[in-house]
Amino acid sequence: MNNQLLKAGVACGRLDLTELADNFSDLHPPLDDHQALVAADRCYFCHDAPCMTACPTDIDIPLFIRQISTGTPLAAAKTILSQNILGGMCARVCPTETLCEQACVRNTAEGDPVEIGLLQRFATDHMMDQPHPFSRAAATGKRVAVIGAGPAGLSCAHRLAMHGHDVTLFDGRDKAGGLNEFGIAAYKSVDDFAHREVEWLLQIGGISVKTGQRLGEGLSLEGLRADYDAVFLSIGLGGVNALSRDGGEWPGVTNAVDFIAELRQASDMSQVAIGRDVVVIGGGMTAIDAAVQSKLLGALNVTLVYRRGRERMNASPFEQDLAASKGVQIITNAAPLGVQKSGDQWQVEFEFSDDDLNPTGERFSLPADQIFSAIGQKLNSSELPELDGGKILVGEAGRTRTPGVWAGGDCASGGEDLTVTAVAEGRIAAEDINAQLAG
Amino acid sequence: MNKLASNFLGISSPNPFWLASAPPTDKEYNVRRAFEAGWGGVVWKTLGAEGPPIVNVNGPRYGAIWGADRRLLGLNNIELITDRDLYTNLEEITRVKADYPDRALIVSLMVPCEEEAWKTILPLVEQTGADGIELNFGCPHGMAERGMGSAVGQVPEYIEMVTRWCKEAYSKPVIVKLTPNITDVRYPARAAKSGGADAVSLINTINSIVSVDLDAFAPVPTIDGKGSHGGYCGPAVKPIAMHMVADIARDPETADMPISAIGGVTTWRDAAEFIALGAGNVQVCTAAMTYGFKVVQEMISGLTDWMDSKGYDSLADFQGQATPKVCDWKDLNLNYVSKAVIDQDKCIQCGRCYIACEDTSHQAIDMSDERIFTVKDDECVACNLCVNVCPVEGCITMKQIAPGQVDERTGKTVVAEHGDWTTHPNNPANIAAE
Ligand SMILES: Cc1cc2nc3c(=O)[nH]c(=O)nc-3n(C[C@H](O)[C@H](O)[C@H](O)COP(=O)(O)OP(=O)(O)OC[C@H]3O[C@@H](n4cnc5c(N)ncnc54)[C@H](O)[C@@H]3O)c2cc1C
Ligand SMILES: Cc1cc2nc3c(=O)[nH]c(=O)nc-3n(C[C@H](O)[C@H](O)[C@H](O)COP(=O)(O)O)c2cc1C
Ligand code: SF4
Ligand code: SF4
Ligand code: SF4
Repeated sequence: MNNQLLKAGVACGRLDLTELADNFSDLHPPLDDHQALVAADRCYFCHDAPCMTACPTDIDIPLFIRQISTGTPLAAAKTILSQNILGGMCARVCPTETLCEQACVRNTAEGDPVEIGLLQRFATDHMMDQPHPFSRAAATGKRVAVIGAGPAGLSCAHRLAMHGHDVTLFDGRDKAGGLNEFGIAAYKSVDDFAHREVEWLLQIGGISVKTGQRLGEGLSLEGLRADYDAVFLSIGLGGVNALSRDGGEWPGVTNAVDFIAELRQASDMSQVAIGRDVVVIGGGMTAIDAAVQSKLLGALNVTLVYRRGRERMNASPFEQDLAASKGVQIITNAAPLGVQKSGDQWQVEFEFSDDDLNPTGERFSLPADQIFSAIGQKLNSSELPELDGGKILVGEAGRTRTPGVWAGGDCASGGEDLTVTAVAEGRIAAEDINAQLAG
Repeated sequence: MNKLASNFLGISSPNPFWLASAPPTDKEYNVRRAFEAGWGGVVWKTLGAEGPPIVNVNGPRYGAIWGADRRLLGLNNIELITDRDLYTNLEEITRVKADYPDRALIVSLMVPCEEEAWKTILPLVEQTGADGIELNFGCPHGMAERGMGSAVGQVPEYIEMVTRWCKEAYSKPVIVKLTPNITDVRYPARAAKSGGADAVSLINTINSIVSVDLDAFAPVPTIDGKGSHGGYCGPAVKPIAMHMVADIARDPETADMPISAIGGVTTWRDAAEFIALGAGNVQVCTAAMTYGFKVVQEMISGLTDWMDSKGYDSLADFQGQATPKVCDWKDLNLNYVSKAVIDQDKCIQCGRCYIACEDTSHQAIDMSDERIFTVKDDECVACNLCVNVCPVEGCITMKQIAPGQVDERTGKTVVAEHGDWTTHPNNPANIAAE
C-alpha cells in the first residue's frame, strides 16, 4: 500500500498522476460509432414518447435517436440543441435514471432503458467542432440584461440572441458557466467541457459577457431595469446553509461547494489537498460529489453522514450506489452536534435521530482531518423581486412580481434544482421576453 | 426413434435439413464440416460442363439489407456456379459420399441447353455414387446471360426438354430447381413434371439490386465503379418462397409432386412452416452463411421439441397439413368478425399501435391522458396492423366476435354461416344473386 494514503492530516498528492487521471476520467465513457448504432437500434420511436415528456427541455428523443441510427448525428444534434442548447452538458450530468431513462418504455419492458443520455452525448459531441448550427434573426434593437451565466442564463441569452436581441450577460465570477464550471463533479465534465461548451454557445453572436459584475454590488436591479428592455435573473443559489443553529461556523468545517469549486478549477489534481479521514455532512448531490471526489483524490476514509433515513436523501439511489462503489461509507439517521479538536485531528460528534429528527440519546464521534458541510444552498443577493420560500417567486414563463424582470434556474421558485431544469426555464423565459418585446 | 428421419424420393437422411447448393457446399472441406455439424444432406455447389472453369469477380460479390442491430435480413449475390475444376469436384463428391453413406448428397448441375452437354456429364455424376441430381434452372445473374440458369427456368418448354434428357441418361432421382423470377410458378412446375422430374426445389434467388452506394452512385456490390443485379435470398425472401411452394402444392396438376423448399429458412419454425405447406424437406443457404453450420442444432432440437409437444412421430404427421387451408381470397369467410384486444399487463405504452392506427388506418385505438391504450370496437376493422407494429409479442391479439353477438362497428349481429365474396350481394358476378 502507498504510504501517502496513510499519511495523517491534509495533504496533496496522495495518489500518483496516473491514478488521478484514471479516477477523474469520464464517469460514463462516450459511445463509439458502433456502440451508438447498437444503442440507437433499441429505440421504438414511440408515439408522444414518455421519455420526451420526462425531459424538462422536451427534447424530441425518438427523432434524434432515429437520426443517429440513420447515420446523421449532426441532424440529431440539431434536434437536441434546438430544445436544449446545453444538450452536451445535460447528456453528461442529467440524472437520466430519474428523468428520460426512467420513463423509457424499454425500462417498463425489460428494466433496461435506451441509453438516451449517452446517445445524446454521442450526437452533441459531433457538433462541438462544427460551425455553430443556429443563426440570429434580424436585429431588433432591443437590449436584454441576463444576470448569472450559469445554465439558466446561458440558455436564456442564446435564445434571445437567436431572436435578434442584444444580450449583456453579467456574472459575479471571473468565468462564465455557473455550476457547470464550478460545481458539477469533475468526472462528469472532463477535458474542460464546460468551458468549451460556453465558447461554442457564444458563437451565435450578440451576447456580450461581462464577468466580475455582481447584482447588489455595483449592479442594481433598478439601474438594469432602466438601462435594458428586459432583465432575466439567473443567479443560482450562491449562499450555503450553515451547520450551527445560530448561523455561526463551526471550527474546522469547510463548505463542500467551495471545496468542489477549487477542485474543478485545479489544473493538476495532485495539487488539491485532501485529508486522510474525511467527514461529509449532508444527503444531497453536493454531499455525494464532495465525498466521492475526496475518495478519488486519495482520502483513505470518507464517511458521509445524513441526519434522516436513506429514502429521504436527495441524492438518487444511483448516486448513493456510485458513492458506495467508490468506497464512501454512508451513515444515516445521525445529526451533527459539534466539532472538537483532539490532538491533530477533529472529532465530529453525532447523535442518532429518527426520520423526524427526534434524538435517541445515543452518540458517537468520527475522527476527521477535513469536514465538509453540504446541507443546502440558498439565495445570496439583495435587491431581488418578491421572494417565496427563499427563492424568487415566479409565475408563468418565469415572470417575477417586478415588471420587466424574469427569473429562472435554481434562484427561481418551482422546478427541481437541476442543470436541465435551469436550461428549460431559461429558454421558456426567453421566448416570453421575446413575445413581450415584439408586442 | 429419430422423429426427424427424412425420406425424400427414397433418399434417406437423418433430418430434413439440407444445405442448398451454394458456397456452404462448394467443396469437400465445407461439406465434411457440415455433416459433422449435423446437416442431413447437401446439394453440392452447381457443377458446369468440363473445360476451363467459370471465373468469378474478384471484387465484392455480396450485398445485404439489415434489420435492427444489424441483423442480416436479406443477402444478395453475384456469384456464379462453381469456379473449381469439374473432376476435382467429382472426386471430392465420391469421397464424401463414401464416408457419409447415411447423409443425402445431391449434385447440382448447369450445362448448356444442348442434349450432348447433359448426356456427357450425367454418367460422370452417376459414377460418384451421389444420391441424385438437381438441375439449376434458377441462377438469375451471369449464367442467365449465357442462356443457362434462369434463362432456362423461365421457359417451361426448355425445362421439360432438359428434364427429359436427364431422366433418360441418369438412373437416380432428378430434382428441378425453379427460379422465382417468373409470373406464375405453376407453369415451370408443371413443365418439370411433364419432363418426368421426381421433384421440384424452390426458390432460387430473386433478381435484385440491394442498395446504391451514394458516393459512387453505383449498385452494391460495386466492382470498379459498377454493379449488376444479383440474386436475393435470406429471411426476406421466405414469404415469396412460401407462396410459391403453396401454389405448387395445391395445384391439382402438381399436387402429388414432392417439393424441396428453399428460401429464407433460418429457424426450426421456418422449416416446420414449409413442411406444413407441403414440402418434403428444406434447404438452407443464407442462415448457414450468416451463422455457420452450428445453426442446424437449433433447427434439430426445435423441430423435435415442437413435434413432441404436438404428439407427432414423423414428419409425415404434419406434412401438408396447411396446404388445404390455403385458398383464394374469394373463398374467405366475410361473416367472420374479430377485434383487436390489448393486454394491459403486457402493454409497455409505447403508443405505436395508436399512431399506426390513428395516422394510417381506422382511428380505432384510444389513448387516454394516462397513456392507457384501448381498442374502440366500434371502429376496429381487425386489420392486424397494431399487432404487427407492437414491439411486445402477444400483447395485442385478435378475438373473434362469436355468432349471435353484435359487431359494434356495423351494428349487425354476427352470423354463423359461411358467406364469401362469391355469394356477396355487392359482387356483380354473384352467382347466387338472382
Ligand atoms: C456540487 C453540485 C453538483 C451538482 N451536480 C448536478 C448534476 O450532476 N446534475 C444536475 O442536473 N445538476 C447538478 N447540480 C445542480 C445544478 O448545477 C444546478 O441546478 C444548475 O447549475 C442551476 O443553474 P443556474 O443557472 O440556475 O445557476 P448556477 O449554475 O448556480 O449559475 C448561477 C450563476 O450566477 C452567478 N451569480 C450568482 N450570484 C450573482 C450575483 N449576485 N450577481 C451576478 N452573478 C451572480 C454565479 O457566479 C453563477 O455563474 C449540482 C449542483 C451542485 C452544487
Ligand atoms: C452466394 C450464393 C451462391 C449461390 N449459388 C448457387 C448455385 O451455384 N446453385 C444454385 O442452385 N443455387 C445457388 N444459390 C441459391 C441458393 O441455393 C438458394 O436457393 C437461395 O440462396 C435461397 O435460400 P436461402 O434463403 O436459404 O439462402 C446461391 C446463393 C448464394 C447466396
Ligand atoms: S421511451 Fe425509450 S423506446 Fe420510446 S422513444 Fe423514448 S427512448 Fe425510444
Ligand atoms: S468473408 Fe472471408 S473471403 Fe470474404 S471478404 Fe471476408 S475474409 Fe475475405
Ligand atoms: S404497440 Fe403494444 S406495447 Fe405499444 S402501446 Fe400498443 S399495445 Fe402497448
